[in-house]
Amino acid sequence: MEAESPSGVAGKAAPGFEPKIVAFCCNWCSYAGADLTGVSRMQYSPNIRIIRVMCSGRIEPNFVLRALELGADGVLVAGCHIGDCHYISGNKEAEKQIARTARLLEILGVDKRRLRLEWISASEGQKFANTVNAFTKEVRELGPAGYGRK
Amino acid sequence: MPEEKAQGAGREAQGKEEGARDKGVGKDGGENPVPLSASPLEPSSLAPCALRPAPCRIGVFICHCGSNIGGIVDVPAVVEYASRLKDVVHAERNLYTCADDGLTAIKTAISKHGLNRVLVASCTPRTHAPLFRRTCEAAGLNQYLFEFVNLREHCSWVHMREPARATEKAKALVKMGVARARLLERQEEPVLDIEPAAMVLGGGVAGLSAALSIANQGFPVHLVEREPELGGMAARLHRISPTYRNAREVVGPVAEAVSAHPDIRLHMPATMTDLSGYIGNFEVTLSTGEKFRVGSIVVATGADELRPDGLYGWGQLKNVVTQMELERLMAAGPFTRPKSVVMIQCAGSRGQKVSYCSKRCCFTAIKNAILLKEESPDTEVHILHNEIHVYGVAFEKEYRRAQELGVRFSRYSPEKPSVSEQNGRLNVNFYDEGLRRERDLPADLVVLSTPLVARPEAEELSKMLKVPLGQDRFFFEAHVKLRPVDFATDGIFICGTAKGPTNIGECVEQALGAASRAAIPLAKGRVRVEAITSRVNTDTCRGCGRCESECDYHAISLVPVNDAFGNRLVARVNEGLCKGCGKCSSICCNRSISLRHFTTPQIMAMVEAALEEG
Repeated sequence: MEAESPSGVAGKAAPGFEPKIVAFCCNWCSYAGADLTGVSRMQYSPNIRIIRVMCSGRIEPNFVLRALELGADGVLVAGCHIGDCHYISGNKEAEKQIARTARLLEILGVDKRRLRLEWISASEGQKFANTVNAFTKEVRELGPAGYGRK
Repeated sequence: MPEEKAQGAGREAQGKEEGARDKGVGKDGGENPVPLSASPLEPSSLAPCALRPAPCRIGVFICHCGSNIGGIVDVPAVVEYASRLKDVVHAERNLYTCADDGLTAIKTAISKHGLNRVLVASCTPRTHAPLFRRTCEAAGLNQYLFEFVNLREHCSWVHMREPARATEKAKALVKMGVARARLLERQEEPVLDIEPAAMVLGGGVAGLSAALSIANQGFPVHLVEREPELGGMAARLHRISPTYRNAREVVGPVAEAVSAHPDIRLHMPATMTDLSGYIGNFEVTLSTGEKFRVGSIVVATGADELRPDGLYGWGQLKNVVTQMELERLMAAGPFTRPKSVVMIQCAGSRGQKVSYCSKRCCFTAIKNAILLKEESPDTEVHILHNEIHVYGVAFEKEYRRAQELGVRFSRYSPEKPSVSEQNGRLNVNFYDEGLRRERDLPADLVVLSTPLVARPEAEELSKMLKVPLGQDRFFFEAHVKLRPVDFATDGIFICGTAKGPTNIGECVEQALGAASRAAIPLAKGRVRVEAITSRVNTDTCRGCGRCESECDYHAISLVPVNDAFGNRLVARVNEGLCKGCGKCSSICCNRSISLRHFTTPQIMAMVEAALEEG
């Protein structure tokens, strides 16, 4: 039985740095896009932890700052394309909030590339996989953020 | 059998877990040790109270989903991990948590272990949350105390080559879910009164069928049609496949029944110019200045035929027409039968002007080819196609019949055919896949099977209705398989070609589906709506009005209060209007407004759990 087989094999991969990435996805587009990635069996790096919110407009700068403070190496925010927001203009608010957060990161001396905003629709499973892979790669190259509380 | 084995293993593991807990093993820290043999809890302890919250008793159910999750993720290890998390008093695994025995296991565990939170780690909440939420409610647990973790779409299916890391991620996702579950609060869904009337937008075959069905169920219907007559695109057709009845004979009686129905009020020609409100209480304004209130809305505004400008010489060469134009020609009466007719399938669709298959053009071409052949057997009819899509029982027979009548089918590829004029006659050039050579067909008439396209007005209408359009600008249903005639917005339904190309029979099927869906709230008279709405802490609200001006739904207004803090303004949320996006809670200057079920502490707890080691 396949279900029984993989217990405990392999352990951690190479001793290289594995970034921790927190993602906030809106329920209607990007979370559904991530579902489609799965349904289509497209593969991406398992470094990401997705948190579902109803709308990208719900995401506060504080969520991003807290994630970095606790040791995240990158934060991905994903919402519906502009004009496609299930809640009319929540993603425009997200755009503003993330721009503000990026400015805050600059002031704090955090590399802005650790925060990424993407528009991913429910039909863009491939884009979700590509985004996660590209972002994971970029953050891996940036190295550990090192803001985590020890 | 592998499944029996997995079930057996599941039961065995479950027995072991319970044994472990009875011995006090596996609970971290040992705080709030709750003996499993505790007597049945009083009902009050199931509902956490704000002042003295009952201790959390979380039950975790991890689904193998056959081998979908279990084949990649080490489910027993995740169950073992979950059972050691704080406040988790029960953890088990199921071959299929959504199957009857899985649901029974949830209900049993809720009563046996006095669970006051349930977490299921399986597939996606977008399809399965309603099922598990209902199961919790049925077992007496408020559905908002249920938490969903996605281990299939977001883990096992996307990390198929990395089982060890997938298992590690699954543990983290479960931990995040448990962290949020601790902070979940019970919610009561607001109950709203319903105006027992409906509005149908569009008087084509879909709109007519929907209006008639709702009215026959006993509810008044306002039917809004933008043209001065009923019938829509179907009424402009010649004969309807596969019965070959005259389109007017099919659509006419429905239109008459609608016009004569005492409960249907026709507004035509008219369009909707403004809409406000929510399920049960929509306020409609029409271009005629009329205003009325309805409880639900069916959108059946139809589609247009693509104008093939610049394709195959249409509009430039004589005798190049679309199928619709051919139908009008045939409907107008006998016309000089051409000696040779060439029909070109997928004209403008499947990668030319639009990407999709318009679904009905193959039937249409076959139907019109048969009509031409039957009326004039000497006419040569050639259908050039990329592949013929005639699904279902009746249509496949028609395809055969066309072949028997001598209609020729040739497959072109990879390029679409080209049409030119040579010595006063049309010539169609294409690469014949069957013969593997280029061919020229002389033709007296070239017929383009063009796709249906979304109407440009759909754009404005979607903004008014606050419902989405898909990438091809057709209206976008809530779920392509599970909720095909619903919009994600409560109380608004969709049918017919406004949702995408369909044939008349399917339009009517969808219309009847949408009509019965739209009649449900009308028949109930009251409706429960999602409790995911914002709430204001009036003690700290400063009445700045930022949320009021930012809310797209006008769900927040500043109201005067006179309390211990004096005479002042505070924000108030209209729960009927609030759609639960949470924008207000992310912009509030001092956190005085918060989105139920997605509170800042709940989200922060997930962030913290995601980054915590171990």
